[in-house]
Order: sequence, then structure tokens, then C-alpha cells
Amino acid sequence: MSILVDEKSRVVIQGITGREGMTRAKLMKDYGTNVVAGVTPGRGGQDVYGIPVYDSVEEAGEKQGPIDISVIFIPAALVKNAALEAIDAGVKLLVIVPDRVPIFDVLEISGAAKEKGARFVGPNTLGLLSPGKAVLGMIGGRAERAREWFKAGPIGVSSRSGGMTSAISYYLTQAGCGQSTIIHVGGDAIVGLSHPEVMELFEQDGETRAVAMFGEIGTTQEERVADLIESRKFSKPLIAFIGGKAAKSGTRFSHAGAIVEGNRGSYETKVKRLREAGVLVVDSIFDIPKKAKELLK
Amino acid sequence: MARLYEYQSKKLLSEGGVRVPRGEVAFSAAEARAIARKIAKPVVLKIQVWLTGRAGLGGIQFADSPQEAEEKAGRLLGMKVKNSVIDRILVEEKLAVKAEYFAGLVLDDAQKCPLLIFSSVGGTGIEEIARKHPEKIAKLAIDVGAGLGEFEARNLVRKAGLTGNVMTQLAELLTRFYEVARTKDARSAEINPLVLTEDDFVYAADCHLVIDDYAVFRHPELGIEVAREFDRPPTELEKIAYKVEEKDYRGTFYFFQMTEKIPEDEKYIGFHGAGGGGSMMSMDAVLDKGFKLANYCDTSGNPPASKVYRAAKIILSQPGIRGYFASGSGLASQEQYHSARGLIKAFTEEHLSVPAVIRLGGNYEEEAIRILGAYGQNLPAKVEGYGRDDAPEKCASRLEELIRENREVKHEVRPIAEFRPIAEAYSFDTLTGKLFIDHRKCPGCKSKGCLGACAPKILKLQGDRPVLAITPEEAKKGKCTECLACEIFCCFHEQNAIVIHLPIPGLKEYREKLLRD
Repeated sequence: MSILVDEKSRVVIQGITGREGMTRAKLMKDYGTNVVAGVTPGRGGQDVYGIPVYDSVEEAGEKQGPIDISVIFIPAALVKNAALEAIDAGVKLLVIVPDRVPIFDVLEISGAAKEKGARFVGPNTLGLLSPGKAVLGMIGGRAERAREWFKAGPIGVSSRSGGMTSAISYYLTQAGCGQSTIIHVGGDAIVGLSHPEVMELFEQDGETRAVAMFGEIGTTQEERVADLIESRKFSKPLIAFIGGKAAKSGTRFSHAGAIVEGNRGSYETKVKRLREAGVLVVDSIFDIPKKAKELLK
Repeated sequence: MARLYEYQSKKLLSEGGVRVPRGEVAFSAAEARAIARKIAKPVVLKIQVWLTGRAGLGGIQFADSPQEAEEKAGRLLGMKVKNSVIDRILVEEKLAVKAEYFAGLVLDDAQKCPLLIFSSVGGTGIEEIARKHPEKIAKLAIDVGAGLGEFEARNLVRKAGLTGNVMTQLAELLTRFYEVARTKDARSAEINPLVLTEDDFVYAADCHLVIDDYAVFRHPELGIEVAREFDRPPTELEKIAYKVEEKDYRGTFYFFQMTEKIPEDEKYIGFHGAGGGGSMMSMDAVLDKGFKLANYCDTSGNPPASKVYRAAKIILSQPGIRGYFASGSGLASQEQYHSARGLIKAFTEEHLSVPAVIRLGGNYEEEAIRILGAYGQNLPAKVEGYGRDDAPEKCASRLEELIRENREVKHEVRPIAEFRPIAEAYSFDTLTGKLFIDHRKCPGCKSKGCLGACAPKILKLQGDRPVLAITPEEAKKGKCTECLACEIFCCFHEQNAIVIHLPIPGLKEYREKLLRD
């Protein structure tokens, strides 16, 4: 099993005729993702690598049948409209790849998603990949590399860094530990599915036996994972690495942030909270595969 | 997060219908005097800086007369605070304060919504007060779609323990405050103190807005020069770097300078990361070795070779660094030879004399490492490439060894020569530069390897000379991806007939000034 995506998920690519959209459409298709349609307003009737292009997500659904997932490659300033379009068309999972999406736009997307019972990954995400089944976004870059780097297995990977999603998964593969699903939750301050939500999905997934998490300073994601464990909503073994140890904690400009978050967000509090909750926090990325191997024995 | 000064923030509040003290910004003591005269009341002088705690630094002064304002302004202007020198102060009417409150807006990553915070106590030490008196603080999660209703604001203020006329005034102010923050795309906003005067009016006595970097494009009216999170105004080099980023949408380039003057006896290096998480991890690895970073740079999101080249040129505009460290996640999805070529072009032009350790794991890393090895070998200092199986810690140790072997030589910044294109050369524009081929040299070339090297395959032969196989317009629009492969091939294997000129506005002058001083 896997979370969020498998080889059956029916996928549409918004912005398929653009530079990134086209390149990544090839990656996804070559890897085995069930890409049923592409969407670019005004380009309906064309095709990209044999994928039919439609003018709207709604039209893609009418012609191709129900759509489970939309992967969005649209310039940041236009992402909000594209995402709202997909949500309105009834798509229940969005993968928003572009970075530099205005944060209030993300909040609006989040509000619309909540209303319609949809979820989204990103923005500023490399995407996600269930080894041997499907890739959404751009993980691996090319299908043959993605096949070589990532293997199916029992470790879930959730990361706030795109590059580290790939790197950790690759090092796991090298150590003989396959992955159930690897997911880059996105690099922005506010993202759709964040670490704690991903942990809940991994908890439900029968195949996932342990999870590796790459955290970073800032936001409350890692602290909320600790809360989740303490409230017994996540019970699988978790190995975590937190980046940004050496970054000096920035001069706070806002008192409001401090009032709301208290000390949350710093390297020290994240490590402390996770350790209190029983998470295995490692100091080097290369300890993740070692620990994973021990766990699986 | 682009920060606005207090006076800018207050102007926006005022335009949005929030009452602020009368005042103006002054850049000189004489201006301060004129403003004080206009106000014709006792004034307060406040240094404009992106920090809190100004009172403790002596950055807030009072004056009863225009003369006194001028005198005190003279002392405040030029004052050094942390990394910045004060060049502007806000001169405004002094309020008769009866009570102080606090209002703040943050974006909550857990609930994914704006969170409005109101406190019936404000002023300095608000965080402490919040801890000791939670009952004075009320919070409200705002639905971005619906906005903030005045009744919601009234309930918020009521929950913090205020009633009557003050409560309704504050509620009105809060809805306007939220509107300003929302329409200006503020990531955080704060009024502290929010003042009730002796004559029972509420004023925003201080305000800070932080604008979302990603939304700055919607707000040209704000005049934000560099949409990045800084706690000080950007340095000259940062401004140059930001211009590069602004003009090239392909990939992301971030450059932050830690110091403008590298101390003689400290081990500084130039740092070039790729991708947030990998960069941070790599930074941790070099800092653990006792190095200090002259800068923090990140090129990611599949940038073209030309962008990586420009980043390297900017990093190498910092005299005194003893090495160059580039490292990302270790497994990039993008083709890594683009970065390798960008670096080689820069290193070659600079005659790099400090060692470089380049960790370029990812797609086609073997090719990237080969490029660095083959074309970096004749440089005065060593350039070594590493791949996905080499840990950042190992690469940091290697840099340490190489710097030692290189006897801790410090990088010297060279002037940038005036670019003189060969008049008769074949040329075409690229997205951010211009490519020249000196066709006179082409007859000496056997391999015609530039055609094969070209990643987008846009060259063809006309007789024995390479020319565009597409229209010049197509090349300029981005079909020429500025991968630099033709230039590198021709330079190292053939006649050195191709050069891609990639200007970096301001860098030449910057280096000239650096060399003069």
C-alpha cells in the first residue's frame, strides 16, 4: 500500500503545455502515473506525449471521467485560480508545485479545500512518489532515475525539503530499506498537508512500518507531530532529523508571533519536544538509514 | 519577508482609516526641526530601524521645541544600531497617554488562517505580560473568505476585558487594521502600543508591517527594493544579486551577506547551497568545522547554468574568503551538469585561487563531476566535485584540507574587464545575455563539437560554421537555455571562438569601488 497516490489514481496536470508542465508530464507518464488529461485554458484539443489537453478541469472530467488528483504547474501568481478551479471541479487532492505563491492565496485555497473536503500538498513542493506505482510532481527528475533511486518498502518519508526527500529516500534504498510513499510537504511557512497530517496518513497505512521525517526550524509542524504522538494518534516508530541547527535564531520583529507560538519553532524546542515524545532524533542524515535498518530487523 | 519602517506602516494604516499621530519622516536634523515646527506641539523622535526595543537603545527621544528636536535629531541620525546606521527618524506629535493596548496579526500555520491577537495591556514587555496575565489576551482565528466582522472584533476586545466607548472604538480600529494587513498582503502586523489618549481617542502609536515576499509584485506602490527577509537594509552586493533574480524567472537565487568586511584572521568561506534543506544541512557541516560564512547563497528549482554562473561571480566578489563550498541535498532532480558549467565559467574567468569543493549529487552527477575535474584542473587552486554518496561532513573536511594545502590563501577580487565583442562575430541574443561566435576561428575546428554539446539542439552548420537552427527571436525568448555547453566545449577543446556574455548590472562598478577603497 501507499498513501495519497498509487498506480490507479487518475491524474490531471494543470499547465501541461508550459516548460515545467511538459517536462514533468513525461516523467510522470514514463514512471507509470495514470495521467488521464492535461489542462491549459485555450489549448484544448492539443496533446502532450499522447495526453489529451482540455480547456478546463471540469471539461477534462466530463470527457475522461472522474479525476482524483490535479498536479499544478502554473506561474505562482495564477496558482490560486487554478487550484480553486480544480477544487470546484471536485478534485480531492491537489499537488501545488510552484514556489512563491502569495501566502494569502494559500489561505484562500485552504479555505476552499476545507469546504469541499479536498486536500493539497504544497505549494513549493517537489511532489510525492509511491515507489513502483506513481509519481506526482517532479521527484526523481527522470523516470529511469526515479526507478533506480526509490524502491517499494515499509518506510514512509516526509520532508520539508525537496532535495532531502529524494536524498533520504535514496540513502534508505542503498541501505536496503524500501519506501511506502515519499512526500515533500513543501517549503513554505503554510502548506496544505504538513508533517502531522502526513503522519496520520502513515498511521492508517498498513504497509508503512516506520517513518523518516526531515524537519526544519520555523513553523510548528514538528512540535505538532510530538503532540500527535503524545495523544496516541501516531504510534509507529519515527526517525527525525532537524535542519538549521547552526542558524542563529532570527531577531524577532513580531511580539505577536512570540505570544502565539511561545518558544515553538526553534531547533532546540523541536528536538526537545520530539525526544520527549519518544522520537529518535538523529544528528546526521546518514544515521537515518542505519536506524531504519535496525528498526526493521 | 519584506519589512516596512514604522513611518511607512503608519502611512498605510492612516490611508486605511486608522488614527495615527501627526508626523513625518526626517532624513536630516533640519528637516526634523521643520516638521516639529509644523506640528507645533511637543514631539517624539523615533529612529527608523527594523528592530524592536528602540527605547532601550536610546533611539526614542522627546523634544519640547523645534530647536530641541533639531539638536536631538542630529544625535540620532548616524547612530549605529546593530548592522545598520540610522539614516531616518520619525518626528511626530507626543500623545497624552491614558492607557496602552496591543494588537497583532500573525498567520497560523496549524489552523491555516490569520490570527488576530488583542491585549488590553500593551507597551514594552508585552510577551512577559502575556505569560503572566493570559486573561488580558484574546485571540481570534479569521476566515480569510469572510474577513473580520466588526461584531467579531467587539467580542475579541470584550474578552480581553474592555467595555464601552473604548471597546467600540477599538473594534472599529481592529477591522481597519486587518483590512490594511490583508490588502497589503502582510505576513505579520502589529500595533504596539495601541494608545488611548487622555481625551479618549485610540491611536496606533507604533506599527510594524511585514509584507509577504511572494506578494510584493502586487504592490509596486510600496517601493520595496529587495523582497527578502532582512533585519537591516540590503547591502550593495545583495541588491546586485536581487536584480539578477528579478530578471530571471528560471529557478530561484537567494543571496544573503553575513559580513561586508571579512576579518583578517578568521576562516571565512563563500557558501553556495542548492535547495533549502540541503543548504541548511551543508551549512551546519561547514560551521561544525569552524568555518564562518561570508555569505549564504542558494540556487535551486532547476536554475539555468547562467544563473548559477552569476551567483558564483557574486560570491567571488567577496575579498578574503579562503575557499568556496557548494553543496545541496545530495540528490537533485535536475541535471547537475548545468550547475557545473556555470561554476566552471565563473571560476575560469576569476582564475580562482582558493580551493572549491562542489557537492553536486543528483541527476547526471557523474557528468557534472567530470566537468569540474576536467575543466577546473588548470586553475591556480583545486576544484573537486563530489556526488550523492559523499556526505556534507566529508566534503567540509576535504575543503579544510585543501585550504590548508593552499596555505590559507585569501581570495582577491579582480576587476571586471569591459566587455568588447568582436565586431564581425556572429551573434544572437539569449534570454539574459548575448552569444558570440567568432566564425573566423571555425575553419580550424575539426570536431564541430559545439553542435553536439548544445543541450536544446538549436545550432546547425552553415558551411563549416555553426549558426542558429531556429530564429533569433526564438533563441531570445528562451529556446537558447544558456546552458553554456557550447562555450565550455569550444573553450577547452577547440578554438575558443564562442563566448556568452552574461552581464551582471552593477557588479563591475561594485568591484571597482571595492578595489579603490
